[in-house]
Amino acid sequence: MPKDGGIGASSKRREDVRFLTGVGNYTDDINMHGQAHVFFLRSDVAHGTLTTVDTSAAADMPGVVQIFTGADFEAVGGMPCGWQVTDKHGEVMQEPRHPVLAHGKVRHVGEPIAAVVAETLEQARDAAEAIVVDIAELPAVMDMKAAVAEGAPKVHDDLTSNLCYDWGFVEENKDAVNKAFEEAAHVTTLELVNNRLVANPMEPRVAVGDYSRGTDEHTLFTTSQNPHVIRLLMGAFVLGIPEHKLRVVSPDVGGGFGTKIFHYQEEAFCTFAAKACNRPVKWTSSRTEAFMSDAHGRDHVTKIELALDADNNFTALRTDTYANMGAYLSTFAPSVPTWLHGTLMAGNYKTPLIYVNVKAVFTNTVPVDAYRGAGRPEATFQLERVVDKAARELGVDPIALRRQNFITEFPYATPVAVEYDTGDYHATMDKLEEMIDLPGFAARRKASEAKGKLRGLGVNCYIEACGIAPSNLVGQLGARAGLYESATVRVNATGGLVVMTGSHSHGQGHETSFAQVVAEMIGIDESMIEIVHGDTSKVPMGMGTYGSRSIAVGGSAMVRATEKIINKAKKIASHLLEASESDIELKDGAFSVAGTDKSVAWGDVTLAAYVPHNYPLEDIEPGLEETAFYDPSNFTYPSGAYACEVEVDPETGKVTIESFAAADDFGNIINPMIVTGQVHGGIAQGIGQALLENCAYDENGQLLSASYMDYAMPRADDLPMFDVDHSCQTPCTHNPLGVKGCGEAGAIGSPPAVVNAVVDALRSAGKEVTHIDMPLSPDRVWAAMQ
Amino acid sequence: MAQVSMTVNGKTASGEVEGRTLLSSFLRDTLKLTGTHVGCDTSQCGACVVHVDGVAVKSCTMLAAEADGADVATIEGQANADGSLNVIQQAFQDHHGLQCGFCTPGMVMSAAALLKENPKPSEGEVRAYLEGNICRCTGYHNIVKAIMAASGQDVSAIAAE
Repeated sequence: MPKDGGIGASSKRREDVRFLTGVGNYTDDINMHGQAHVFFLRSDVAHGTLTTVDTSAAADMPGVVQIFTGADFEAVGGMPCGWQVTDKHGEVMQEPRHPVLAHGKVRHVGEPIAAVVAETLEQARDAAEAIVVDIAELPAVMDMKAAVAEGAPKVHDDLTSNLCYDWGFVEENKDAVNKAFEEAAHVTTLELVNNRLVANPMEPRVAVGDYSRGTDEHTLFTTSQNPHVIRLLMGAFVLGIPEHKLRVVSPDVGGGFGTKIFHYQEEAFCTFAAKACNRPVKWTSSRTEAFMSDAHGRDHVTKIELALDADNNFTALRTDTYANMGAYLSTFAPSVPTWLHGTLMAGNYKTPLIYVNVKAVFTNTVPVDAYRGAGRPEATFQLERVVDKAARELGVDPIALRRQNFITEFPYATPVAVEYDTGDYHATMDKLEEMIDLPGFAARRKASEAKGKLRGLGVNCYIEACGIAPSNLVGQLGARAGLYESATVRVNATGGLVVMTGSHSHGQGHETSFAQVVAEMIGIDESMIEIVHGDTSKVPMGMGTYGSRSIAVGGSAMVRATEKIINKAKKIASHLLEASESDIELKDGAFSVAGTDKSVAWGDVTLAAYVPHNYPLEDIEPGLEETAFYDPSNFTYPSGAYACEVEVDPETGKVTIESFAAADDFGNIINPMIVTGQVHGGIAQGIGQALLENCAYDENGQLLSASYMDYAMPRADDLPMFDVDHSCQTPCTHNPLGVKGCGEAGAIGSPPAVVNAVVDALRSAGKEVTHIDMPLSPDRVWAAMQ
Repeated sequence: MAQVSMTVNGKTASGEVEGRTLLSSFLRDTLKLTGTHVGCDTSQCGACVVHVDGVAVKSCTMLAAEADGADVATIEGQANADGSLNVIQQAFQDHHGLQCGFCTPGMVMSAAALLKENPKPSEGEVRAYLEGNICRCTGYHNIVKAIMAASGQDVSAIAAE
């Protein structure tokens, strides 16, 4: 066991020191010699034909270097989509061209029309005001159901309609599902909206492009969760730059939550313009720009039906969802409402028959893509809401109804194509019941009533799928990428290690937790290990961080690479100790010969690797550096049970969270402190979705919530302390660490708990409320009570 | 352009600014003190909080020219003289009060201002005071806990980690 940590220790985060002293290195902190600044002139209408973009007056403004419009990007590629969905008829999705700068038409408020590069940002902004833009406005396509009706105006004139795809899953089950509904003893139906959200990492997006004329090399500094993915997409599909001439660096990144996965126009623009202008070009998003250019999340309209037999067993589930794609397909948008949503519809339950229909629709809004949980929160919300509603209709206890239908035997193959390897849903529910003092609820409700408040309790379960994989399977499902991860472990002569991981940390604390794993494996202190990420010139091709994949996939690659290191080091040690390799044991950073007191220290072996005087050169090469790529054989399946208690003020409709408890099963845990923090943050975002956040457009496509004055971010006084437990642990069976991932669980599990609790509170006052759409703002709750 | 001069973290700092130059821009772009962050355009997020003459100020809301002659403190000047973390910074690390680190400078500066005016704040007082500091990562649980711990209060009863 390392002296300062190892697996299972709540090691303090090493990255904190630079963040706490103001010496982090975020992309906006990077300024290049000779750098110019770009300001994007963005569309202020949702849909229209560009009739004039006249930059002549602006070009003469002080400090202007060059102005670009859509015409300048006709010869380069459009923004690529990384996932192709095939619809229920076997047709591939409709995939419109997504230009770097708008050309011909604008299709959402915020779409960039022109880019002014100038000496200073202020000069760029001033010049942009002098650009003359005329747009012949067209009717905005906003409502998804109207968008796919006959004769609706089209977002893309060259597509047959606004329907991207009509996906059925599992199509072969459809008739059997329908039959089960005909034979059901009870059917519960619920129509709901999963509200559009904006991820809002606190660091706005930034891109700095640089070009070296002497070597023809491009560098892009960008706020990305996956710099290699940006290098591949931008290089191969947009700008035609080979990967060996393109370096992408994502240094300290201030939060991502999904929205920094995607390849954005501003990245391609800054890379392109740095060469065109022959000087570095920098763009820093304002918050308002972020609201109208960062990919949004969620935005589903769903009808879900649950069939039960006379004994309250779930017999079938049927869902029908309209999923908003926005005006263009963001990088992984098509996968979110399909393979990240439909495959999770079994939840924690042994429902034998499931059919999921998803219609993905183009509208004149910002593109929608993955946001923390991505498809899984949408699946969990509708399932856990309909189960709660069914319990009320049947007059049974909602926890008991869930327990009755729990999957209890593993591995379990669901009717929606995935196989859960492990889980214990009763155990997390048992833990939750212990945490929330269920018997005491009646007294707490009475106490609230004495104050004139209504008290409600909401409980739900969740299952999620992390560490998306394996590559050959996701390829069949339409992914245009592999989903492995890489790690290189470089041992230095003096014994310290540098681990280069293809995962990317933007708040998750990898520099600490990844070091814990390697420290544990070798038996050395964490302080001897440096974790490097976020630079394509240092790190082998990796896929980055999203979908709670880092420890499950990236951590596994790191384990494999470290195992190779240990194997080679043992060979060196056996030579130094003049013993058989099979007798060499590694413990506490020293190699010893089993059953003897002969040993050699870690540092002596690493020194021998690089100063190979006494070394088996005939058998092995000098040096101690190994790389591994790990392609997972299955997803991992974290699960849990969540509970929320609310008070509702019947006079105003104001909801306050009185308590929130989460019992999660993440399998094995590397750093409990970090895991707990991830759950806290996820719950806060889930409560934000449930009570506060809403990305709102008017019927003309104007974005109404484009600042923190209008978009209600959860603040400190909106939230309680959280009660979080992860002592229920069923380790993953197919990765070397037995880990499952914890980044998204909180955001997946918490919205239904909140809504279930508010409905429970209102019903305690005799209100016949069955559902309120999120966010449960005071006006909506008050209206529901009237 | 006008010349401004101020004391920043105990040292004299001066530079040329436009009338519209914000204090946050002056600190970041002219003085290269990039620890002060800008997270919004509407003075809502609080990532840019610094102290001006001992008072917490959102530096994106103040013109650099207005700070002429002022005594400004930023996150870069908060550590102890020997470079170790100060009590608030150490409490943030001990209680995992930060994740991505972007809101953190503003949180630490706000926390320092709070504890100056209210040395032993209750949980509710901490939450109310942080109304102008948005964090997207932590759910505030560990930030509140860290600030209460920094004030010398026993936080062991607050849920683990």
